[in-house]
Amino acid sequence: MALPEQKQDATHARVSALSLPAEGGWTRAARADALSRLNATGLPAPRDEYWRFTRPADLNAVEPPRAEPMDESDEPPLYEDLPALTVVFRDGVFDADASDELALEGVEISRLGAVQDADIHWAREVYGQLEARGQDPVTRPFAALNTAFATDGILIHATGRAARPINIAYLHEDAASDPILHHVVKVDDSASVTVLETGAVGARFNTVMEADIAGGGTLHHVRSQGRNRERRANTHTFARLGARSVFKSFTLSLNGALTRNEHVVEFQGDDAVAHVAGAAIGDGRIAPMHHDDTVFVTHDAVNCESRQVFKKVLKNGALGVFQGKILVRPGAQKTDGYQISQALLLDGDSQFLAKPELEIYADDVACSHGSTTGAIDDDMLFYLRARGVPERRATDLLVLAFLAETLAEIEDEQIAEALRQRLENWLDRHAD
Amino acid sequence: MLEIKNLHVKLEEEDKQILKGVDLTVEAGKVHAIMGPNGSGKSTLSYVLSGREGYEVTEGEATLLGQDILEMEPEERAAAGMFLAFQYPVEIPGVGNMTFMRTAVNAQRKARGEAEMSSADFLKEVRAKAKEMQIDADMLKRPVNVGFSGGEKKRNEILQMAMLAPKLCIMDETDSGLDVDAMKLVANGVNALRAPDRGFLVITHYQRLLDHIQPDVVHIMSDGRIVKTGGPDLALEVEKNGYTDILKENA
Repeated sequence: MALPEQKQDATHARVSALSLPAEGGWTRAARADALSRLNATGLPAPRDEYWRFTRPADLNAVEPPRAEPMDESDEPPLYEDLPALTVVFRDGVFDADASDELALEGVEISRLGAVQDADIHWAREVYGQLEARGQDPVTRPFAALNTAFATDGILIHATGRAARPINIAYLHEDAASDPILHHVVKVDDSASVTVLETGAVGARFNTVMEADIAGGGTLHHVRSQGRNRERRANTHTFARLGARSVFKSFTLSLNGALTRNEHVVEFQGDDAVAHVAGAAIGDGRIAPMHHDDTVFVTHDAVNCESRQVFKKVLKNGALGVFQGKILVRPGAQKTDGYQISQALLLDGDSQFLAKPELEIYADDVACSHGSTTGAIDDDMLFYLRARGVPERRATDLLVLAFLAETLAEIEDEQIAEALRQRLENWLDRHAD
Repeated sequence: MLEIKNLHVKLEEEDKQILKGVDLTVEAGKVHAIMGPNGSGKSTLSYVLSGREGYEVTEGEATLLGQDILEMEPEERAAAGMFLAFQYPVEIPGVGNMTFMRTAVNAQRKARGEAEMSSADFLKEVRAKAKEMQIDADMLKRPVNVGFSGGEKKRNEILQMAMLAPKLCIMDETDSGLDVDAMKLVANGVNALRAPDRGFLVITHYQRLLDHIQPDVVHIMSDGRIVKTGGPDLALEVEKNGYTDILKENA
C-alpha cells in the first residue's frame, strides 16, 4: 500500500536532513535495509494506532525543538560509589578524555563510530536485526531511522561475567543537539553484564539498544533519563532472549516535555525471564510533561516469565501514557505474563492514558494485567498526619511507597537506593 | 489537660448533627472511659479531636493543655501531644514500619523545636519497646500494618504510642477484634504508659477492656451527648444491665 503523501513528505524531509555515514563499514547493509524500512512505513502520524496518545510532531520535525541544558550540579553524580566503567557521550559525541579505557574483564567493548577500523562479526549479526524483527506487527519508524543514521554507540559483547557495570554517561550542553545513538549488547552463554545509562542525551534524542542474550546469559539494564524538562526523547530497547536467559530493564524518568520509551522483548528460548519496569514522575507546572511507555512482549517459547511494571506520578497537568502488550504465540505454553500500569495523580489536572493488551494463542498460560489510576489515599494520609508527619512529607512518603514496586525490580540494591534518592530530591524540588 | 466545652459537630457533606453539646474534662494522670451504644458519637469525638476531615464543628471548643486544637492541622495536634490509637489501623504498603515511626518521632520533635533522634538511639529505643509489646524484628521491617493480624495492628498502635510519648492518648475501640490474650497484652502496654502527666480517653463499647485498663472516670454517651458520669462502677452497671436502663433514667 502506498504511503499517504503527507507521510511521504515528512519522511523525505527528515531523511534529507540526515546523512548516512561515509564510512559505513560492516553496518552499510544494515543501514540501507533500515532506510528502506523507514521509507516503506514512513514517520508516524497522529492517527497511527500507537501514536494516538503521543503526538509525533516534535520527533518528526526536521529541526529539533530547542532544549536548554539543565544545571544538575546541585546533585552529586548518580552512582558516585559504584565502580563502573564509564563511557561519555557529550551531545551524542564520544568523549575519549572523559571516558574510561574501553577494556573490561569478561567483556569486549568497542564503538559503532569506529566501524571502519574492524569488521565486528558478532555485532553485524545483531545490528539492525533485532530492530527489524521488532517492526512486526507494530512499526517503529524512529528505530529504523536510528539504525540507518546512528552516528555512534557502544558495542558490548559479554563473553564472561563482566567485572564491573558499564555506565553510558550522557552529557547535554547544546540546546539544539539531536543525537542518534545505537548500542548493541550481546551476552554469551552464561555470561552476564550490567549496563547503565545516565543523564540527558541531548536536546532531542533517539537512542536504540539491541540486546541479544544467549542461553543462560544475564543482562541488567538500568537507565536514568536526567531532569531536563524540555527534552524530546524517543528510545527503543529491543531484547531477544535465549533459553534460561534473564533480562531486567528499569528506567527512571523525571519530567520531560516528550519522552517515548519503547521496549520490545522477544522470548526465543525456553525458561527465560524478562522484567521491564519504569518509574516516571512529572510536574507540568513550568514546562509540559508527557511520558509514554510503549511495551511489546512476545512469548514464542515455553515456560517463560515476563513482568511489566510501570508507574507514573503526575501533577500540574502532566500526562502519562502506557501501551503494553503481551503476545503469546501458539505453543508458548506455561507462559507467565504479568503486566501492571498505574498512575498516581496528585491533582485533577493530570491525566493517565493506558492501553493494556493481551493476545494469547496458547491454552496453558497464566497472564494477568491491571491498570489503575488514583489519587493519594485519604486514610493513609490522615494516619501519617495523625502521627505528626506533616502533610507535605506524608504525601512524599506515599509517592515513594507507590513507586517502590518498580524500584524493587532493580537487582542491585545500591543502584536502586541511588535512584530512590533521586526521587526524594525531585520531591524536594517540586514541593509546590 | 483536655477540655471540651459544648462541642457540636455535624458531617461536612450532609446535614447530620452527630455531637450535640459534649462537655468533658480529662485531667493529667487520669483514665477516662467513654462508653455508649453504637451510633452515639464516640468515634466521631475521637476523629474530631484528632483532626480528621469530613466533620464541621458548629459550636463549642476543645483545648489541649490550654491550646485551641480545633483550628490545628492533624500533625500540629500530634506535636502538641495528642495521640489517637485507631480502631482500624491503616495499612500502608511500601512504607516501612520503622521508617514511618522514625519519621513521625522526628517530625514531632522538629515541630516542638527539639533535637532529632539519632538512628542509633531510635533503633535502641524502638527495639526495647517492641520487645515489651512482643513485636518481633520482622514486624518492624514490614510495611506499616500490611499483613498484620488484628492483634498485631493494635500492638503496633501501642508501640507507636510508647515511642511518641504523647500527653493525651485517645483509644478508639482498641478492644475490637482482640481475643483475651491480645487484649491483656495491649492493656499491659497502656498501663505501663500511665503517668502523672499523661491523660487517657478510652472509647469502648464493652466493659471488658476496662477490666484490664482500670478507669478513674466513666462517661456514658448517647445521641451526641454525655448523659451520665460516674466511677468505675458505672461500667459494671452497663455490663450487667445494658445501656437501656441507664438511657431510660436519663431520658
